[in-house]
Amino acid sequence: MATMPDVRKDGFRLSMLIYDTRYRSITLQVIFLGIFVIAAWWLIHNTVENLRALGKDFSFGFLTVRSGYDINQRLIEYSSDSTHARAFLVGLLNTLLVAFLACISATVVGVLAGVLRLSKNWLVARLMTVYVEAFRNIPLLIWILLIFAIMTESMPAPSAFRGENATSSMMLFDSIAVTNRGVYVPEPLFSRSLGNLDLGIFLVSLDLLAIVAVILGSVLANRKLLKTAERIQNDTGVRPVTWWKSILIFLAPLVVLKFALGFHLGLPELRGFNFADGTFLRNSLIALWFALTVYTGAFIAETVRAGIMAVSHGQTEAAAALGLRPGRIMSLVVLPQALRVIIPPMISQYLNITKNTSLALAVGYMDIRSTLGGITINQTGRELEGMLLMMLTYLVISLLISMAMNVYNASVKLKER
Amino acid sequence: MSELVLDHDIDRSKMKVSNEIAIQIVKMNKWYGQFHVLRDIDMTVHRGERIVICGPSGSGKSTLIRCINRLEEHQSGQIVVDGTELTSDLKNIDKVRSEVGMVFQHFNLFPHLTILENCTLAPIWVRKTPRKEAEEIAMHFLRKVKIPEQALKYPGQLSGGQQQRVAIARSLCMKPRIMLFDEPTSALDPEMIKEVLDTMIELAEEGMTMLCVTHEMGFAQAVANRVIFMDQGQIVEQNEPKEFFNNPQSDRTKLFLSQILGH
Amino acid sequence: MSDTHAQTVPFVRDTMLPQQAPPTSQIGAVRWLRENLFSSVLNVALTVLAVGTIVWIVMHIGPWLMNSVWNANSLAECRQILAGESGACFAVIRDRWHQLMFGFYPSDLYWRPILAMVLMLVAIAPILFDKLPRKLIWFSALYPFVAFWLLWGGSLWLPLAVIGGFAVGYGAFLGLSRVTGSVLALIGAVLAAIVWWVWLAAPVSSALQSAVSLSIRPVPSRDFGGFMLSIIIGVTGIALSLPLGIMLALGRKSDMLLIKAISVGFIEFIRGVPLITLLFTASLLLNYFLPPGTSFDIILRVIIMVTLFAAAYMAEVIRGGLAALPRGQYEAADALGLDYWKAMRLIILPQALKISIPGIVNTFIGLFKDTTLVVFIGLLDPIGLSNAIRADTNWNGIYWELFIFIGVCFFIFCFGMSRYSMYLERRLKTDHR
Repeated sequence: MATMPDVRKDGFRLSMLIYDTRYRSITLQVIFLGIFVIAAWWLIHNTVENLRALGKDFSFGFLTVRSGYDINQRLIEYSSDSTHARAFLVGLLNTLLVAFLACISATVVGVLAGVLRLSKNWLVARLMTVYVEAFRNIPLLIWILLIFAIMTESMPAPSAFRGENATSSMMLFDSIAVTNRGVYVPEPLFSRSLGNLDLGIFLVSLDLLAIVAVILGSVLANRKLLKTAERIQNDTGVRPVTWWKSILIFLAPLVVLKFALGFHLGLPELRGFNFADGTFLRNSLIALWFALTVYTGAFIAETVRAGIMAVSHGQTEAAAALGLRPGRIMSLVVLPQALRVIIPPMISQYLNITKNTSLALAVGYMDIRSTLGGITINQTGRELEGMLLMMLTYLVISLLISMAMNVYNASVKLKER
Repeated sequence: MSELVLDHDIDRSKMKVSNEIAIQIVKMNKWYGQFHVLRDIDMTVHRGERIVICGPSGSGKSTLIRCINRLEEHQSGQIVVDGTELTSDLKNIDKVRSEVGMVFQHFNLFPHLTILENCTLAPIWVRKTPRKEAEEIAMHFLRKVKIPEQALKYPGQLSGGQQQRVAIARSLCMKPRIMLFDEPTSALDPEMIKEVLDTMIELAEEGMTMLCVTHEMGFAQAVANRVIFMDQGQIVEQNEPKEFFNNPQSDRTKLFLSQILGH
Repeated sequence: MSDTHAQTVPFVRDTMLPQQAPPTSQIGAVRWLRENLFSSVLNVALTVLAVGTIVWIVMHIGPWLMNSVWNANSLAECRQILAGESGACFAVIRDRWHQLMFGFYPSDLYWRPILAMVLMLVAIAPILFDKLPRKLIWFSALYPFVAFWLLWGGSLWLPLAVIGGFAVGYGAFLGLSRVTGSVLALIGAVLAAIVWWVWLAAPVSSALQSAVSLSIRPVPSRDFGGFMLSIIIGVTGIALSLPLGIMLALGRKSDMLLIKAISVGFIEFIRGVPLITLLFTASLLLNYFLPPGTSFDIILRVIIMVTLFAAAYMAEVIRGGLAALPRGQYEAADALGLDYWKAMRLIILPQALKISIPGIVNTFIGLFKDTTLVVFIGLLDPIGLSNAIRADTNWNGIYWELFIFIGVCFFIFCFGMSRYSMYLERRLKTDHR
């Protein structure tokens, strides 16, 4: 029906590189790649030149050399005779320890503060607003230093606990001692210990493994219990009472384990000029942990509040109109929707906690930056290799956390369809 | 579908179809991945034609008119608009887009700009018209779509029908030779449909070349000189409106018409 | 129904009821208290707890603050005045006020940073308030050079030569665009400007300086400190990270695989490592990456790192804004014949940035708070100065007062920024709907 209209058919012209959509993006990318390669080459070339001028080579051999320095907080066997690699590992574990502790406590504080900020109680809501605004608008470093100063300057020295007329006393039935050197808490001991499992690099306490295994087992058993309850509810319409069974499932195995392992607490005790026994939490750890908790808690409170407010009031009203009770409205309607909004920013807060542990430097906590990125670099003069390794480590931790977030996001998206 | 009630008799004096070809599409094909959306489309549009394209959803009618200003890329065949072939050449694409106006189902006004700014944006930045002149043109077309008094408001403050008329004025400000309408009334409340259709009829009376994807059969009967029925990515039937509605040939067309006109 | 209906008696009201006051339990303070503080057992408990907390805090901090000493020359003198009572010694702030503000900047030159600060407010004004005359924007554009010259001193010809680079680029663009297409002219202009900055700017400015000396006393970077330093780093970082963040966000959304890959790689790397490691890179490693023998100013290095750091976060915030825009906006811009950059500049970015305002301001606040980290590489920001002040025998042992002062200052800056962003959001929303 239609004839081919006569349109100019030209061959390839140079201007097509820019004005033709087929080639344009390739042209631009080639130009960009050129600039990128030149820049990268320039940086690498300079680095090589500079290293040569300083008479240095690029090698990670220093990691196997004796470190020659002590680390005051170590979760695994370490002495000044250990290698730099082991010092790095000790630092990494310290970083992960404080990050882990802070993540848990910040979540608790943040969720509480976020919920309370939405409370109908005017006074409590205002108080929480003040808390959130104060911590969000003042640098973390100031909080760390402030709390560290409180710990070291305002707390009593161990000697204050001594003698007939001691000026300070221990808390909670003589189990916790807060001193200007740090906090002494009871230490878990096992009279029938299972010993340690040698993993080659470090030892893992079998007692700890047993506890973790039992708790995991309880979680699984509890889930099965809830599934059964749900099935019965589906069949008969009546949900069996489960709460006391759940408590039993969690408590009974732990009680059995406690006697099996002979678990008891070793209380800190004043001997001479200092406390002995118990677990010693250094001021640096306490200050970092506490500051990260309250600082990040303020941010988490905001995400929790935003998440709950994101669920429209209409949802609550609709659920109430159906006759659901407030508790069920929360657990069946509001929370499932709010969690979708809350969890992704919550995970980025965990990421922030992990990165902010590097402020440990301010209080002398021996994290990865202080061991590998501090003393090791100073002693070996391997700035380039040390910094690279440290950045890479942080990057891997961050990527693992964001991977967890992506998995979560994907699973939520699946449920939406 | 409701019958279109007209305020006045349509003035067909200027609605003349010339021999000059406005759009020519030859053996055009398009795929979305494996899915063959447009199959061997052949179509010639002369200057001054008013064409209504209809068909069930998913028949490719929107995709077809979106290909005409290359919001979608076709994979084989030719599309020539006003003597300019749409290829991957950016200059040609820019030329065609500045000569073809488009009205969308969801208006797509720019919410951060006032009505007047919406209308002057393209003349100023694409046509390089001085601002004062562009504003005069914009006010002229806003008067034409009968909302000059809204010029300084923001799109969010207008009703759907008003927004769509602004969208038409915005396209007209570029002085296009061809107008494309992609279901311009589908997102509107019934009482607003008429005000938009009136504007479109006025446009037709002035001899504008129009391609319109719509289900407003009253509009088709009143204004169009040709109705195209599409299904499964191909043109199934085309005819002048009277014949098309009274004497459809293909079974698919009959079925479609019975469904939308039957009740 | 039918029963009640049967009993219905016809009724017509002859007198209308006047409006009556509600029962006393429903109005005024009583009602407010009941609803807001004592509506349930849990609420009563919470109220008691909150009051308890407030009382505890006031009991502990109140007397200390009430007994503040503002006039003393050392901590010992403070303690003498307090005579054993607990009390704050804010005299340290009075004593070291200039240091906390300016660091070790020469005291006879304090007018320079103050003038720079005042001019900064003038330069920011046309950006914050769009009702001011548009011509002021030119002053905003020139301000960075003025501020640089005022703060660091030295020859005026140096900033002028840098501005000259823009003139050279513009001239090259005008000249070339007559001969070639606009794209080639743009490339030529950028190249010309780079050639000018790298090879010509320094000799030209020193030649001009020797011909006509236009110079004020130079101040080295190591004398900078206090809140002046925080503000310099913070403000420069904020001003530079927004455009860079926008470019990164557009790069991440680009169809071009290579550009996308590089943007994603950069953003994820920066977001994956702590700022401290980047600052240490700036102080320890940057010399490795530059040609042998070059070294440049430590404050400049810090600004670069802080900017890169904030830009990565900014990019993610803006990407969220871009993703929130409906596709129709992109299509309408295309259909009107706008090219990519015009569509971005006129249609997409104004809307995307507006959506992202809260996130952008949060990034600004984060950046400003992060300026405190420069203390770790030996710069004397307020926290660095607090350590220096404590090292002085007069003030050895003073902690809270300094931390509280610094904290309050940061709070005022950051809280102000977040309030402004809320105001901005509200204002932009009203003209939207």
